[in-house]
Order: sequence, then structure tokens, then C-alpha cells
Amino acid sequence: MAELLQFTFSGLTVGAIYALVALGFTLIYNASDVANFAQGEFVMLGGMVTVFAMAAGLPIGFAALVAIVFVALVGLLLHRLAIEPARGASSVTLIIITIGASIFLRGMTAILLDKNFHNLPPFFGSEPFVIGGATLLPQSLVVLVGVALVLLAVWLFMSRTLLGKSLLATAANRTAAQLTGINTSAVIGMAFVISAMIGAVGGILVTPITLTYYDAGTMLALKGFAGAVLGGMGNPIGAVVGGLVLGLLEQFSAGYLSSQYKDAVAFIVILLVLFTMPQGLFGAKTVERV
Amino acid sequence: MLAIDNLASRYGRIEVLHGISLNVRKGEIVTLVGSNGAGKSTLLRAISGVQPVASGTMRLEDKLIDRWRPHHRVAKGIAQVPEGRQVFAPLSVDENLRLGGIVRRDGNIGADLDEIYTMFPALAERRRNAAGTLSGGQQQMLAIGRALMARPKLLLLDEPSMGLAPVLVEQIFATIEMLKTRGLTVLLVEQNANVALAIADRGYVIETGRIVMTGTGKELLNNERVRSAYLGM
Ligand SMILES: Nc1ncnc2c1ncn2[C@@H]1O[C@H](COP(=O)(O)OP(=O)(O)OP(=O)(O)O)[C@@H](O)[C@H]1O
Ligand SMILES: [Mg+2]
Repeated sequence: MAELLQFTFSGLTVGAIYALVALGFTLIYNASDVANFAQGEFVMLGGMVTVFAMAAGLPIGFAALVAIVFVALVGLLLHRLAIEPARGASSVTLIIITIGASIFLRGMTAILLDKNFHNLPPFFGSEPFVIGGATLLPQSLVVLVGVALVLLAVWLFMSRTLLGKSLLATAANRTAAQLTGINTSAVIGMAFVISAMIGAVGGILVTPITLTYYDAGTMLALKGFAGAVLGGMGNPIGAVVGGLVLGLLEQFSAGYLSSQYKDAVAFIVILLVLFTMPQGLFGAKTVERV
Repeated sequence: MLAIDNLASRYGRIEVLHGISLNVRKGEIVTLVGSNGAGKSTLLRAISGVQPVASGTMRLEDKLIDRWRPHHRVAKGIAQVPEGRQVFAPLSVDENLRLGGIVRRDGNIGADLDEIYTMFPALAERRRNAAGTLSGGQQQMLAIGRALMARPKLLLLDEPSMGLAPVLVEQIFATIEMLKTRGLTVLLVEQNANVALAIADRGYVIETGRIVMTGTGKELLNNERVRSAYLGM
């Protein structure tokens, strides 16, 4: 029983990060039909930039802020320099562009920063709570609460602001959005910026637990993609649930089977979902084409 | 108001508009009739900037608009009610209308919202409902209301009566005439040529991407060829 609880705690913690990646992935996909495989690099950069900003002497809060702003800028540039000029290209071309961008970001990080593993200090100490025989790190709570706050912020933005509505309108019907006077290119740019910030926050929250390094984004992008597919491609709530479920599945299989299978779970999930229920758990966004 | 000169447009390598020239003067209702696939929607989409243009020019009040992006054209006074309504289905009626006002610099859209709800009381009752749950007629009203929220000078309407019951068709055309009395200029695309030409100051007939005839609404209504081809007489 304690074991089950333990796997649940760790599953929800990593799953929360997958959920953020999946949500960022979904936001961009809905607004622009681009499957952004550089989403994991946003997470990696969030952690790495915070680490190096702290090494340069900034306090952690300020370093985190610098990292979030920096990653937001990376997201904007990714859209302006790589995606926007390829407007109208096929989705395969666009996927290749984002994979290229992810390789570029990884390479630049390795060259400009370094290739080592890095850690951040836990925000509120490392004395674990013991609950029902299982231990829960304070940082795990920070991750769960932090992710919940991010989700709340995204939800408020989408449901309470005209800018958020213009993003939903662009996702629902891009041509109609243009005819209504929405600057869809700016809206898609905004989706990239928001997704980048979401990823960066995830990276900052989780680095004290998982460490980070220049190549940490590769697996995260795949896991986030798996979460998004599991939840039903294009459904933001599905993406969050899909990410959490994937985290749990991973930790259970690592705990009850073997930790060697952990990373295979994401691939198995992608394949199983695509073969047996391509709509995912929550049903994919119905694609409207004019 | 709108002057189109020798406009050509293609889908890929297939040209579907061949040298279209057409004028809409301030305060007019101009109706464009043509059969399925003639290129009516393509023309309206080109005017709104969501369909690329291969050659030719478009002017709004003597300003070349060819290079303006779609949202800028809306801000400068060209709004479109697209074919098939195209409301934002998951968003509420109120949100659809507010988005229609997104280009407005003044941001003071409250009075306009009230006006739309007075014009279409059925929308007022459903302002919190998702647009996708509305009936076809209500969606058409919403699409018109959304376009009007931008306070356009020129309103492009693409088959607003399509698929509606006769009583609703009547209401839509009455609304168009009412908008004209308020000084709005209208370019109307219709298969329902009878009524559409009856309320028009002038009209054009388009066949396979070419304007083949033009005249006042009355002239076209009385023209033998138009009567047999588009009015079923
Ligand atoms: N997305 C597209 N790709 C390729 N060809 C298209 C596309 N849309 C329209 N066409 C072609 O362009 C021509 C003009 O189409 P358009 O939709 O402008 O006609 P329309 O006059 O609006 O017809 P309808 O009365 O059916 O709405 C048609 O031959 C059509 O097959
Ligand atoms: Mg049409």
C-alpha cells in the first residue's frame, strides 16, 4: 500500500511536468496546426538558464524570472524566424522545422553553456513528509501546486480575456478569425510565447528533483506528445490528464516491472492509442476546414 | 468605395478568376449572381485578403489594398459574412460579437452590442450559449452581427440566405435593406437571385470566373438570359 502511494506521488510529480509539455504542445497545435517538437527544449532551457543565472549571482526568484522571459523570447523567435516564413508549408515540413529548431537549441545550449548535469536547490528544503508510509518531497508539492497555478492562469487567460478568446477563435476557425479582424499571425506568435513560458516554468519547478542538461528536452517532448495523444490531440484538458496518466503509468511500470521499461511506456502509449483509439481519452478536436 | 480591376486568382495552378473588374459605389447594394463554382466566394475571399491574388488591383476609397493583411482590411472597413456562417462554434454568442469588435480602436463596443441584440432579439436570449448550438438562421444573424461589430464601411455577404426557411430569408434581406438606409455599402453574393437583384441598385453576373453581364438590378431581373439561367423562368 505504501508502495502504491509512493509510485502515485512520483507519478503525479513527473506527470504534472508532462502535462505542462502536453498543454504547451496543444496550445500551439490548436492555433496553428504545428506539432512543435521543440516544446521539450523550452523545459530544458527554463532549468538551464535558471541554473546559470544563479551561478552568475542572481537570487533564485530573479533567476527564474530571467529564465522565463528568455524562454518566452526563444518561443517568439522560433515563430517569427522558423514557422512564420514557412506559412502554408505542409505539416510534415513544419514538423521537420521544429525538429531542426530543437536540435539547434540543444546544440547552442551545449556550446554556450555546457553539457553537464545541473541541479537547482529545492525551493522549500528537502525534509520529506511521510504520508501513509510513503515519502513526499516538499519539491514535489511545489511542482504540483506550481503546475496547478499555471493551469489556473492559462484557464483564466482563455476564459476571461479577449486576447484569450482570439486564440480560441483562431483555433476554432482560422479563416473566420482573419475575416473577423483577428491578427492570426500575432495570435499564433502569442501561442508560441505562452507555450514557451509554460514549458520554462515546468523546467524550473522540476529541476531540483530530476536535474537537467542540454539534452533533457528530447525525452520530455516525446512524453508530452504522448500525453497529448493520449488525451486526444488538440484537447487542452485531455492533454493535462494525458500527461498525468502517462506519468503514473511510467512510475507504476518502473516500480512493479523494471525501471528499464520506464521510457518505453510513452512509446507504447503512443502506438496503442493511435492503433486502438485515435481520438484519445477525451476525443480529438474536430478539425474544421473551409 | 471598392474598385476591382482585372483581378485574377488561382488555387495552385488552376486559375479560377480571370480578369474580374467590378465597382461598388458608396451607399449601393451590389449583387453578384452566378452558378455553383463560378468564383463568387473566391472573389469575396480575395477582397478580404484570405485568398491570394495573381494579378490585378483592388482599391478601397482610392487606396490600393492588395498588400494589406486580412485583419488590416477589416480595421479599414471591409467586413465579410462568409459562406456557411463560420461562427466560432465553441465560443458564446456574446464572445463571437465581442471578437467582431476586436479591430475597433475606441474599444467602446457596449452600445454596438446592445444595437445588435436589439436588431436580433433571438441572439440576446442566447448570448451565453455556444454559437455552435444555435439554429442556422440564428447563426446567420450572429455572423452578420459579428461583421457589423467592426463598424464596416463595406459589408461583403456570401450567400446569407443559404439553407434558411423563407421567413428567415425575408428577415435577412430586410436587414440588408435596413443597413443600406444607415449608409452601409453592400456587396451581396446570392444564388437566390430573384430577391437579391430586387433589392440591388446594380448587379453583376459571373460565369466561370468572368463577369459576363452588368446592369441595374431591374435590368438584370428583366434580362432574358438572366431569367432563364438564374431565375428559373
Ligand atoms: N480550396 C480550393 N481548392 C481548389 N479549388 C477550389 C477551392 N475552392 C474553390 N475551388 C474551385 O474554384 C472555383 C470557384 O469556386 P468558388 O467557391 O469561388 O465558387 P462559388 O461561385 O462561390 O460557388 P458556390 O455557389 O458553390 O459557393 C470552383 O471551380 C471550385 O471548384
Ligand atoms: Mg461560394
